[in-house]
Amino acid sequence: MNSIITSVPINSYILLCTTLFCIGVMGVLLRRNVIIIFMSVELMLNSVNLLFTAFSAYSSNPAGQIFVFFVMVVAAAEIAIGLAIVVMIHRNTKTVDVNEWSKLKG
Amino acid sequence: MIQAGFYVLSSLAIFSALMVVFSRNPVHSVLYLVITFFAITGHYALLNAQFLAIVNFIVYAGAIMVLFLFVVMLLNLNATIEPHKSTLLKFAAVFSGGLLLVVLAASVRGMESYKPDLAHFDPTIGEVKKLGKVLYTDYWLPFEISSILFLSAMVGAVLLGKKETN
Repeated sequence: MNSIITSVPINSYILLCTTLFCIGVMGVLLRRNVIIIFMSVELMLNSVNLLFTAFSAYSSNPAGQIFVFFVMVVAAAEIAIGLAIVVMIHRNTKTVDVNEWSKLKG
Repeated sequence: MIQAGFYVLSSLAIFSALMVVFSRNPVHSVLYLVITFFAITGHYALLNAQFLAIVNFIVYAGAIMVLFLFVVMLLNLNATIEPHKSTLLKFAAVFSGGLLLVVLAASVRGMESYKPDLAHFDPTIGEVKKLGKVLYTDYWLPFEISSILFLSAMVGAVLLGKKETN
């Protein structure tokens, strides 16, 4: 059987998704531009989606792929709301630097 | 052959993910993120998950990245230079991200290898027909609830994006 299941061990997928997730974490910590922080969050969501799909394919269980579908639904809603909030705050503060947005600190 | 595809797509995904985080210009970041999503779509295709490959292609590379690019252009960020963060903070961010990677990778190394269940292996679970059947029989309630979520997100986005007139 010439398939990805037999030729690539699942640990390769776990390592790939861990690396992508950590790059996303690094982006959230490193950057101050709120749009790049959003993109890093998207990267983390996608790495987890890929791991779900890999486990679903390796164990022949479709539940994992259904869950990825719902993660995509939530991510799309989150991005629509998040970017609306970014545009609104940018209209008031004229910046996308998260350090300038610390007014809620009190 | 499949192994080569896996490694090419993986290195492409990791390289462009790094470029998303480290490139100066937000427009370049968005474009590198599109490349990352294409690589992940390729991974879905390798894993025989056709439905997810198509949905990922349409939703992420199509809708979400256009939204990102639209906002970056709207806010005119392509010319702005990000204010400098102190070197110590940058070092701390990269260090803690790398430390998380080392801890997670070490825990994967200690794990015994998961053997795929080849006796009951079914390569067709990712096809649209089978996945649709599962979605509309076992998971119909979350599916309907997600439509309410989308409706509220749509109303919220319109409400937030509207200019206040007073």
